[in-house]
Amino acid sequence: MEGERLASPARSSGLPAGGAGGESPGVDAPLLGSSGSSTLLQAEVLDLDEDEDDLEVFSKDASLMDMNSFSPMMPTSPLSMINQIKFEDEPDLKDLFITVDEPESHVTTIETFITYRIITKTSRGEFDSSEFEVRRRYQDFLWLKGKLEEAHPTLIIPPLPEKFIVKGMVERFNDDFIETRRKALHKFLNRIADHPTLTFNEDFKVFLTAQAWELSSHKKQGPGLLSRMGQTVRAVALSMRGVKSRPEEFMEMNNFIEVFSQKINLIDKISQRIYKEEREYSDEMREYGPIHILWSASEEDLVDTLKGIASCIDKCSKATEKRMSGLSEALLPVVHEYVLYSEMLMGVMKRRDQIQAELDSKVEALTYKKADTDLLTEEIGKLEDKVECANNALKADWERWRHNMQNDIKSAFTDMAEENIQYYEQCLATWESFLASQTDLHLEETSEDKPESH
Amino acid sequence: MEQAPPDLERQWQPAPLEPLGHTDAGLQAAVGEEAEGSRDEVPGDGTEHALGLGVLMTENNFGLKKIEISVSEAEKRTGRNAMNMQETYTAYLIETRSVEHTDGQSVLTDSLWRRYSEFELLRNYLLVYYPHIVVPPLPEKRAEFVWHKLSADNMDPDFVERRRIGLENFLLRVASHPILCRDKIFYLFLTQEGNWKETVNETGFQLKADSRLKALNATFRVKNPDKRFTELKHYSDELQSVISHLLRVRARVADRLYGVYKVHGNYGRVFSEWSAIEKEMGDGLQSAGHHMDVYASSIDDILEDEEHYADQLKEYLFYAEALRAVCRKHELMQYDLEMAAQDLASKKQQCEELATGTVRTFSLKGMTTKLFGQETPEQREARIKVLEEQINEGEQQLKSKNLEGREFVKNAWADIERFKEQKNHDLKEALISYAVMQISMCKKGIQVWTNAKECFSKM
Repeated sequence: MEGERLASPARSSGLPAGGAGGESPGVDAPLLGSSGSSTLLQAEVLDLDEDEDDLEVFSKDASLMDMNSFSPMMPTSPLSMINQIKFEDEPDLKDLFITVDEPESHVTTIETFITYRIITKTSRGEFDSSEFEVRRRYQDFLWLKGKLEEAHPTLIIPPLPEKFIVKGMVERFNDDFIETRRKALHKFLNRIADHPTLTFNEDFKVFLTAQAWELSSHKKQGPGLLSRMGQTVRAVALSMRGVKSRPEEFMEMNNFIEVFSQKINLIDKISQRIYKEEREYSDEMREYGPIHILWSASEEDLVDTLKGIASCIDKCSKATEKRMSGLSEALLPVVHEYVLYSEMLMGVMKRRDQIQAELDSKVEALTYKKADTDLLTEEIGKLEDKVECANNALKADWERWRHNMQNDIKSAFTDMAEENIQYYEQCLATWESFLASQTDLHLEETSEDKPESH
Repeated sequence: MEQAPPDLERQWQPAPLEPLGHTDAGLQAAVGEEAEGSRDEVPGDGTEHALGLGVLMTENNFGLKKIEISVSEAEKRTGRNAMNMQETYTAYLIETRSVEHTDGQSVLTDSLWRRYSEFELLRNYLLVYYPHIVVPPLPEKRAEFVWHKLSADNMDPDFVERRRIGLENFLLRVASHPILCRDKIFYLFLTQEGNWKETVNETGFQLKADSRLKALNATFRVKNPDKRFTELKHYSDELQSVISHLLRVRARVADRLYGVYKVHGNYGRVFSEWSAIEKEMGDGLQSAGHHMDVYASSIDDILEDEEHYADQLKEYLFYAEALRAVCRKHELMQYDLEMAAQDLASKKQQCEELATGTVRTFSLKGMTTKLFGQETPEQREARIKVLEEQINEGEQQLKSKNLEGREFVKNAWADIERFKEQKNHDLKEALISYAVMQISMCKKGIQVWTNAKECFSKM
């Protein structure tokens, strides 16, 4: 199997474009083989050249990425993902690895936008190659999401990060925003890849592999804007009907979604607030410590004690910074993703209700014999199938989503608790060591001054 | 109200009742040593109603008694003030117990109510009569360095409670001071409820007080103050400035810390509500939420302890002013001395000029003489005689002022040394207690989060 390296558009980075010169790719075999996970992949699929240059380039890229910020749940590179499989109880055998990195700014006369590099490594037969590298912008992700929703209206599609964040944004493209978005996009694609159904979606494949012009032309296919708009209008009208005849289990589901949505939003707000308060606490601590040093300048006998305290306060301030960054990596993105998920879920419920409503309206029509009975009966038959499919799809996906949510939330909060434990342990050690030094000194002093005192 | 068991080592021998300012050198030493020891029990250890030992004089020269002083209660009162207007104030109950030397039992000997203004009166009196002593400061009149939780209201129960402790501390400081403890007015403050104000005012101390203007003038014009006092003044300015800064920032840190803890409390409520819809996660969420509540409420005690620490620092903030008062007195005395010396010198010169007939300096007499004619020899003799008397008097006065000045410097410096020891000891203790508080806070944090983590991992 010959690998095809797709050229990427001109970049402003100084890195050598891996494979852009048309060298043969095929790094996978040594990487996969060396970690001993060949048992997990179908060996006959792999027929790749060993290419040292690509391997090095890839490793160089990997080392340039900020690896440290990811939690174990989200490996940053295909290589680390492969290693990941060995330790996780992933029931599905992973054969699709995606990373999102290297945000780059593109300036045209009309607009400025950011593209992200997407690297895909796969062993699947339906892919023409085993490795792909493309650049996509946010709009493209939006398109993908839309297509997935269209194709699978009652599946729980992973959420995309928001288009804009209004509050507290100075400029659209500040570094924190871009980094947060990049991580979220990475998560988005990986969630799709992990989804038993969505992972085989054709548009998804195109998204991961097509060159820029191929993607544009592919996008133009499919229902036009007007017809899509028409669908939306009908959908809204129908969805109201659907609510009334919702089966019991979906009523329960809806109830859950409503409460969950409320709670997760609150948790999101609380978590953001905690982050803010910790930031302000850390700032004040940084001013607090040095005052003790200033004081020590006028107190001969208290110099050690005062300087000791100043040092402890500084160390605790640094520990707070660490706690904060832990919070922003482990907890905040997870909670926020589920906030977006809850919105997504409401949309899924609506769509399910719509499909149901379509059926119901036809059944109604039949009852009142408003139109051709035979045609209606046939249509109703189809719609009944459609409703059953939709409901089953949703039910299955719902279970899967609940299960994942539980794990994600559990993991995120456990990590947060661990961060806090470590923070307090660090501070405790600092203060205890200070106290020990003071007590030792004190014993020395008192034994010198008053040898006879009791 | 708990009583600390009388520590035999810290009991000291009171001296017989003496007129103000007179001390027995022998006793002084013993008393001085013990004075340091008795500081240990006072606020900063976080216990309420801390009792301490103070020495007190009794009329009885034989039965050496030890006295325990405590400010045990505070009560809101209403009454009519000097302008016959209704006012609300807080009264504090001062209880004095004498401890029998032999069996250690204590008996309540006196108990009376005093309000803050009476404490102020006592202190002002001490300032006038003991200008060479670094007089212990009173707790703040109004709440300063507040952070958002603390009320700035003088009637707020937390403020009143902290003031009660501060006032007790003040009395214990005075009682443990080797010189101040012997003062009769102080004794009466503790024992004579009615009429005390009149008694104080009868001493006429307000009249003896140095005018502010005089003191300010002296500070600017004094030529040769003892260098040590100048340095001490600088030190006290620095101390005041750095402690204020520290207290201000500490208040802000406390505010932020409060915020961090309290926001976590919201998790408790939300987790609880969320647990209602969850089957498997429900229990874990619920119990984790409970721990978040525990975490959030733990900050209240933590910050209350820190407030005691802040009060300890505040005492030394206010002590800075007491140090400056001693320096001012020295400057005033020194200025007085310098003026007297100058005056004497000029009189001597006048005398000499009159005697020899040369006029080297300008004098009004000389001017008028020129204008209206010379005076007669008899007139001149008379004037020289007056001057010579004045010069004699002046020399006597100068001698005694000099002596006074040197006595003052010696005594003041002795007390300043005592103060320095006390300050170093107390501040070090306070700083260490701060570290202890932090350790306790960290331990609590570890516990709560370990529990929470367990709940989370079981979800």
